[in-house]
Amino acid sequence: MSQLNMVQAINLALREEMERDPDVILMGEDVGRDGGVFRVSEGLLDLFGEERVIDTPLAESGIVGAAIGMAVYGLKPVAEIQFMGFIYPAFDQIFSHAARIRSRSRGRFTCPMVIRAPYGAGIKAPELHEESSEAIFCHMPGIKVVVPSGPKNAKGLLLAAIRDPDPVIFLEPTRLYRMIKEEVPEGEYLTELGRARVAREGKGVTVIAWGSMLQRALAAAEGYDAEVIDLQTLSPFDEETVFASVRKTGRVVIVHEAPHTGGFGAELAASIAETEMLSLRGPIMRVTGPDATVPLARLVDHYLPSAERIREALDEILEY
Amino acid sequence: MPRDTIATFNVERLAILDEYGKADEALLPPLGDAEIRRLHEFLVLSRAFDRRALSLQREGRIGTYPSILGQEAAQVGSAFVLSGDEWIFPSFRETGMFIALGYPLHLLFQYWAGDERGQRGPDNLNIFPVCVSVGAHVPHAVGAAMGARVRGDKRPVVCYFGDGATSKGDFHEGFNLAGAYRLPVVFICQNNQWAISVPVNRQTAALTLAQKALAYGFPGVQVDGNDVFAVYCAVKEALARAASGDGPTFVECFTYRMSDHTTADDAARYRPTDEVELWRGRDPILRLERFMAGRGMLDEAYSREVSARALNAVDEAVRQAESSPPPQPAEILENVSAALTPRQKRQLEELSK
Repeated sequence: MSQLNMVQAINLALREEMERDPDVILMGEDVGRDGGVFRVSEGLLDLFGEERVIDTPLAESGIVGAAIGMAVYGLKPVAEIQFMGFIYPAFDQIFSHAARIRSRSRGRFTCPMVIRAPYGAGIKAPELHEESSEAIFCHMPGIKVVVPSGPKNAKGLLLAAIRDPDPVIFLEPTRLYRMIKEEVPEGEYLTELGRARVAREGKGVTVIAWGSMLQRALAAAEGYDAEVIDLQTLSPFDEETVFASVRKTGRVVIVHEAPHTGGFGAELAASIAETEMLSLRGPIMRVTGPDATVPLARLVDHYLPSAERIREALDEILEY
Repeated sequence: MPRDTIATFNVERLAILDEYGKADEALLPPLGDAEIRRLHEFLVLSRAFDRRALSLQREGRIGTYPSILGQEAAQVGSAFVLSGDEWIFPSFRETGMFIALGYPLHLLFQYWAGDERGQRGPDNLNIFPVCVSVGAHVPHAVGAAMGARVRGDKRPVVCYFGDGATSKGDFHEGFNLAGAYRLPVVFICQNNQWAISVPVNRQTAALTLAQKALAYGFPGVQVDGNDVFAVYCAVKEALARAASGDGPTFVECFTYRMSDHTTADDAARYRPTDEVELWRGRDPILRLERFMAGRGMLDEAYSREVSARALNAVDEAVRQAESSPPPQPAEILENVSAALTPRQKRQLEELSK
């Protein structure tokens, strides 16, 4: 066990899984010789060779499409899309094919693959390098959506994602890549998909967050009797943990950096209202980015939910 | 600094059997009479299937169906080369290929009747389900070849698509990857000259589709797609290239879609009837029958016998498809993922009520 940041933890997960399972292939733009633009795959080309660590042409649809072909053939590709903002050309491949090959072939062919993409705002990068469009993927049956919030669960969730028999979108919050270090266990350390984690216990209010917003939610919760849930897997989300917490607290604040309208918070809010309406003491609150294109660096701090905005929501809901 | 020609390229066209049934003996593939008879039977069976599918659609017994009329030689001739062991990625207009590889006919009827169980092919065939989004499966074929290479599996991969697909980005991305990695993929395009209402000269300014392969660093050849021998030879060569590690090949089968795009289309709205008539004279089955008759392999009695066998097979397949128990509502959810979420389990209970 050693102290690793998220880049190192993901690198460790990839290396261990590629050592353990010769069917695991890493592919994407600049993932080989360059070790990935964030150095997530550093050293893997030397360890596993260019048949298993593939520097692809610059072609997002082609990368995902080829990964689908590999997966149905029987391998377990891990395809990297360099930034989430470049995943849009691959929508057709993800939605029309990866998500439904099992169904289309009535189980004859499956698509066990992971699409990794750095995502989220706040790294002073150009346009389309700071997107958080996770909710779009949550709408599509047949794919799972996973977002780690730190080095430790990044490793556990990635191992579980690679071993999952179906396609998984694995979104890595770039702002966290080097922000925090944690003890990351070596070897078989898996975090079950579809399970949330109670990051902080409390009785007065439930705060639900994921990815880069978890740190802010935890910071905001200081001094409050707040329970903070790290969702970890968005689709399918852990109804059991969320509902149990809501039953306990009766108050909910959902935090995400993506725009408000149609964000994943909407699905959470609707699900909570459907099932736990009678446990609620007040309205379900959402602290999110505005319904706007994510701005560049000069304005991004105004866009991202701050700990202060989260605290305002906590103060408001605690009035009920 | 001089202006130099730094590269020149050639695009070959292969034709062996003309519309009168006359063959270029020097180019004829070494097929025995029995094999030629099998080719012929597959062609006739494909057409019989197609005709029946069209009438079943009119009777409301199947849904929208894309006819293969006129394209039987391109489909059967290419599939006849395959052993059935290859990975095959088809588009939606490939009934003849499915038939020539022994895909159960009743499953094809079942699929076009809206029963997705028809897409679950037999385990001994690695035929991917029909790809409805045009050209999106080109990268799938390339990825399968990449996967096979990692496993040390030398089996080639075959990818079928039409002229419309060559306008798509995925065609480019897939071809580019196949060329860059020198992958053993045989790309077979049936250029039937019409993507619904858009003629091929509106898809591209290129003189041939075959030449597009040259830009990706591998050979492309155009064949008379209504000439079953030319298709057979070109695909056989392409497979041999793939097997010997020489990388991908693009075979453009120049053919014609004699029917509407699908049963939901009316081609008379956008294309001249004299063009269709012109191609009627180039019928792929007629010319093989003329060739066989010239060799004393086919007379009226034999023709009737082959047709009767085909009709029987089609009748039996329709009977089997229509008598199979109906799909259950639970199937809607059963194959979405390996395991159902708690929410999907509740939805399954609802559907199963």
